[in-house]
Amino acid sequence: MSLNDLFGQIPGWGEYVPSFVQMLIIAFVPALLVVLAVLTPVGIMGVYAERRWSAFMQDRLGPNRVGLPIWFDGWQRDYTGKPWYIKLWGLGQGIADGVKLLGKEDFVPPGGDAFLFLSAPLVVFAGALGIFAALPMSDGLIAADVNVGVFYILAVGAVEIIGVLMAGWASNNKWSLLGAMREVAQVVAYEIPMAMTALCPVILVGSLQMTEIIAFQQGGLNMWGIDVVGPELAQWGLGWNLWRAFPVNVVAMVIFYICVLANLKRAPFDLPEAESELVSGFLTEYSGMRWSLFFLAEYGAMFALSGITATLFLGGWGSGPVFGALSLVPVETIDLGVGMLKWTTVAGIAEFSWKTVLLMLLMINIRWTLPRLRIDQVMSLCYKYFVPFAMGCILLNGLAAVMGS
Amino acid sequence: MQQDFLTILIFMLFGGAFVLLNMVAIGRLLRAKTKYTEQKSTTYECGEPTFGSAFVRFNIRFYVLALVFVIFDVEVVFLFPWAVVLKDMGMLALVEAAVFIVVLGVGLAYVWKKGDIDWIPLHDERQVGARAQLGDLDLAAPTPSSPSSVPEPVGAGSEG
Repeated sequence: MSLNDLFGQIPGWGEYVPSFVQMLIIAFVPALLVVLAVLTPVGIMGVYAERRWSAFMQDRLGPNRVGLPIWFDGWQRDYTGKPWYIKLWGLGQGIADGVKLLGKEDFVPPGGDAFLFLSAPLVVFAGALGIFAALPMSDGLIAADVNVGVFYILAVGAVEIIGVLMAGWASNNKWSLLGAMREVAQVVAYEIPMAMTALCPVILVGSLQMTEIIAFQQGGLNMWGIDVVGPELAQWGLGWNLWRAFPVNVVAMVIFYICVLANLKRAPFDLPEAESELVSGFLTEYSGMRWSLFFLAEYGAMFALSGITATLFLGGWGSGPVFGALSLVPVETIDLGVGMLKWTTVAGIAEFSWKTVLLMLLMINIRWTLPRLRIDQVMSLCYKYFVPFAMGCILLNGLAAVMGS
Repeated sequence: MQQDFLTILIFMLFGGAFVLLNMVAIGRLLRAKTKYTEQKSTTYECGEPTFGSAFVRFNIRFYVLALVFVIFDVEVVFLFPWAVVLKDMGMLALVEAAVFIVVLGVGLAYVWKKGDIDWIPLHDERQVGARAQLGDLDLAAPTPSSPSSVPEPVGAGSEG
């Protein structure tokens, strides 16, 4: 099911709509859907999960009250009346915070560069949304299945640095500038092992395209030239790139995941923000909604890069326990009632979601477990450990690919 | 292909448009009217009056790290096309890439030995005090010479 076929159902689509407008609409609909149905809920749920989980780890309660208010007793006089609300166990906190932040002053520091300051969140947000464009969320649910997928993800993931440097430079604040420079040094350094370990699955698959990486992991597992697992067992998740060239790609995935953490500047790599030394890093002079858009972009990028990790190493939406369990029942014969909806799309969403959410929760857990690293430790971890190990991973994966083919 | 890259362009433009929509359209309607005051517009810095420009000179280390990054990033870019065709090319391509990676490994070893990827370089005598502070040096061991009083540019990392 592609959007092209879906829109083709509309009467007069082929005759009356010019082809360029068709292309624009087909491009615009997934962008709108991703922002409304993925990015915003992920932001709200991510902040909620982060706050609840940290509260649990620190023996506090966290936000557990705010629901969706429908009506206040005494609404006409003031807002202090008793609210009638839908209980959401605190999930409404994100919406309440969002509305509050929309009403805050949009402060621009004088003496800085107002244009760069105002457009920095634009660049950061565009970069985060760019990753979503090539994120395969299920069968057919990929906005742009480009043939340079992995390369594109790494390229667009680096756009965010420009926005952060703009924010830090334009703030006319030494904290901001220090935070931004640290961010650039850190993210740029971790780009190297990240790209190297992202190459490991690419070597085995022989393609940069996201759908081909997923399709490859649905096939049987060949370990160092010996066929170990057939395609029937592979759909349980035994054909994941994680198990190929066996011990090597486990190391590669750990390195890739830690580099993703560093690229997202989440603790223990949150030196660019480092609230105990740099106040709030490059965000010091930001306020209100403009500040929170950086966070929405961060949670969006967290979700997207967790999804990319799952796709590269954990089979993406294509294979795993959900598909394995469904292979036991005659699922192909079940009619979903909706003509164009395939059962693999539904199962794929479930498969993709549990992996991505698990990786995201692991990020949150790591943030509240480990203390912040020092800048010299960050640099030596990257260049003295990850780069040599990633080089070894590339060569060993190359050996496995040559032996397997 | 054309459709794919148009989709990507629209995605990124939409990301920017979403920010503008929030800030300019919805935000401006909901935002309170605020007044510009001299007090509010001062730079946030520890509560003290700030001195000097915020556009300060930077530690040379950031530039060295950027140079090291460029070298290794070019390596990775060269490896991408190799990774795609390796399965078709076989052993020969693997050996050639191994030579390529080993050459860059020698480069990494050189940079490492020279101390350029250490945040505080090993051979910089002015930095002995800072290294000891970070716990990298054993203070009981005899230090090469006394640290001189040359001021460090902002961003040296010793404040971290």
